[in-house]
Amino acid sequence: MLENLKRLFSYFSVRSFLLLFTVVVAIYLIIIIANMGGYMDKIKESEIMEQVYNTVRGNPALQRLSPSELRAILDKQIEIAKRQAGLDKPFITRSLEYLIRGITLNFGRAEQMTSDSGSNQVRLILLERLPHTLLLWGTADLLVFFVSVFFALALSRRYGSFIDRLSVSLAPLSTPPVWFYGILLILLFASFLRLLPYGGFVDAPPPSTTLAYVLSVIKHMILPVLSVFIALIFSSLYSWRTFFLIYSSEDYVEMAKAKGLSSRAIERRYILRPTLPPIVTSFAMMMISLWMGGIVTETVFAWPGLGRLLYDAIQHVDTPVIVGSNVIYGYLLAITVLLLDFLYAALDPRVRLGGARRS
Amino acid sequence: MGFWAVFAELRRHPSAMVGLVIIFLLLVMSIYAVIRIPYSEAVRLWRAGEVVWLENPRNAAPKWYNWFGAGLPETIKIETAAAERTEERVGESTKRVTYRLAFDFPYKRFPQELALFFTSTYTTVPPQLVLSWRTPDGREIPLGTRTVRGVERYVLSGDSTLLRRLGRAPEESLFSDPKNPEQALSGRYELVMDVYTFEPGASLSAKFIVYGRVYGWAGTDHLRRDLSIGLLWGAPIAVAFGFTAAVGIALIQFILSGIGAWFGGALDILIDRLTELRMILPLLPILILVGMLWSRSIWVILATLLMYGSIGGYKTYRAMFLQAREAPYIEAAKAYGAGNFRIVFRYLLPRLIPVLIPSFVLAIPDYVFLEASLAVLGIGDPILPTWGKIINDAYSMGAHFKGLYYWLLEPAALLMITGLGFAMIGFTLDRIFNPRLRSL
Repeated sequence: MLENLKRLFSYFSVRSFLLLFTVVVAIYLIIIIANMGGYMDKIKESEIMEQVYNTVRGNPALQRLSPSELRAILDKQIEIAKRQAGLDKPFITRSLEYLIRGITLNFGRAEQMTSDSGSNQVRLILLERLPHTLLLWGTADLLVFFVSVFFALALSRRYGSFIDRLSVSLAPLSTPPVWFYGILLILLFASFLRLLPYGGFVDAPPPSTTLAYVLSVIKHMILPVLSVFIALIFSSLYSWRTFFLIYSSEDYVEMAKAKGLSSRAIERRYILRPTLPPIVTSFAMMMISLWMGGIVTETVFAWPGLGRLLYDAIQHVDTPVIVGSNVIYGYLLAITVLLLDFLYAALDPRVRLGGARRS
Repeated sequence: MGFWAVFAELRRHPSAMVGLVIIFLLLVMSIYAVIRIPYSEAVRLWRAGEVVWLENPRNAAPKWYNWFGAGLPETIKIETAAAERTEERVGESTKRVTYRLAFDFPYKRFPQELALFFTSTYTTVPPQLVLSWRTPDGREIPLGTRTVRGVERYVLSGDSTLLRRLGRAPEESLFSDPKNPEQALSGRYELVMDVYTFEPGASLSAKFIVYGRVYGWAGTDHLRRDLSIGLLWGAPIAVAFGFTAAVGIALIQFILSGIGAWFGGALDILIDRLTELRMILPLLPILILVGMLWSRSIWVILATLLMYGSIGGYKTYRAMFLQAREAPYIEAAKAYGAGNFRIVFRYLLPRLIPVLIPSFVLAIPDYVFLEASLAVLGIGDPILPTWGKIINDAYSMGAHFKGLYYWLLEPAALLMITGLGFAMIGFTLDRIFNPRLRSL
């Protein structure tokens, strides 16, 4: 047992290290794309200028100078500060510095946007939105995962029945993205039936008691979660049912049937277990596309998460926030991959018991 | 499997046939759009702003709303050239011409707007006119006087003096039924224009527009644009974008993974890393970054997509290539001394093309929707009309709050049908070409 845990741990640390390396490369790529238009330089430059203005304005000795003299001093100071910050160095050196800023989400101040608490630090703005995004998409992901596994298994049991064929033929309904169903659901439930809110996180003004607050948040989550559900359920049912079918035609399942095991035991031990690793992989891919689609979905539902933030940043042309969102989405995807890797390792005996693969 | 064999197989699946019909109709629609409205004309109509569309009602529903008993008025246009005309000389060089612009208004709902478009010619003294309104039940309402200099537009429904005098929006008060003020009185209305000219040769012509609430088969948007142009032109753009992106990315990945599988070795590790890198690179935010900092042109986005696609995704085809690499006919090619590239491009790649087809057919709608997603975020192509941009317009103008459902639902329906068409064929092809699914 301890041996297993050790192996699991070493696998996990190797994977984390590799993934960290990939994340660094990804962030570097994002920084390069952003700086092709010189935007990373610009972010830095405006930071320097603000600093210099503040020190010069705060200096009482300089207060009596004429505007043109003051201007000259400012220009000179900015020039010096720029050289100090290394803006005249070649791009490679600068880009490494930007990389470190990117990894630490240190993008300075936003140009126009502020967080709800009033800060204009990009990092704070991003981190403030993160919980909302995690809440919505975590709920939706888990719901789709468990419902799909349950029903896919049930469908594979009833292979060839009407309900099975119906759900297979509904698979193309998963082509439109989540936000598309979001718009349709808003039209139906908010505009037409007026049952549920158009969007947002909580009623305005927010309810005072905790219970009412939670209920109001849940009310606002129904439509987004429902649109995730509609957009994903048919394709995951289709592909996961296929996985189950492939694995339930294996010889050892026949063997187990011949042994006279109950169908429940067969399902749990011989079908569900070997099928879970590929299902987890396909779920990982689904989650990654969900994170991306979340940007538009949060926009459509005015859900105050990272996606809506990115949309607002586009509207305000607030470049530091846009670059920062890119990086934080990179992190989210990496963490998703890592988590599912871990799950995979825990589920797949070849990884957990290591030796078997090599022998 | 040859083309006809595949086609014969597809014919056995009703959903694939529905998909084929949809794609055929989509292509017909695309070709019709391109021929009927040339590219430059479409861009001009879509981008020129309200000036081109002054004579259209704003946010009008499509005409077929009336088939379901909506009873929405249509737009009525009457010109002085076609109106009843009486002329009278009242002074030395002063002339009075009276036009009776009469029209039937058979609706119960009020029109949207009332406007007069004037063109006058004169040398020093501009023509003057006195307007009055005659309702079907014989009431006469004076509408005031105006001086017309050159080309002018007079929006009666936006005239604040008129509003104050009538006590209610002119387009409502002029049409309202005295017995039921919330309803329009249907019947024959008349706008009487007494035009006074003070010079020989001076003249005035006018066009009176009673803006309705329906227009064309698709309706209009907040800029009075005819939505049918945007919807029509959305088809070729969606098809071209989806097809190019899907085929381009599939081909790049296919060729690179073929080469990778053939040479193997250290490339394996690199491919593993690259695949993971692509999983972590956030596609949509990167496209937004490119759109914001560089260009929103659909072609720049397409190029970015192709670059992104070439980073990874080799694993899909890799296993099959590794299997094919060991096939006897490859051995035979090696034996006769074929070079590496000859083997890869003549023997390895063509063999696996059938595997490629379902995956790229299934990818087409993904890219069509990706373009729409970008448009909904507000970084759609700045020039071209696309379905996604219409959805974005509608959504940002609050079509869902104002009940302008057609504005959102028309482009959405087209996107949905397109997506379903490709997906239906893709899923069937997948079943035909993918032997593992074949028995299921």
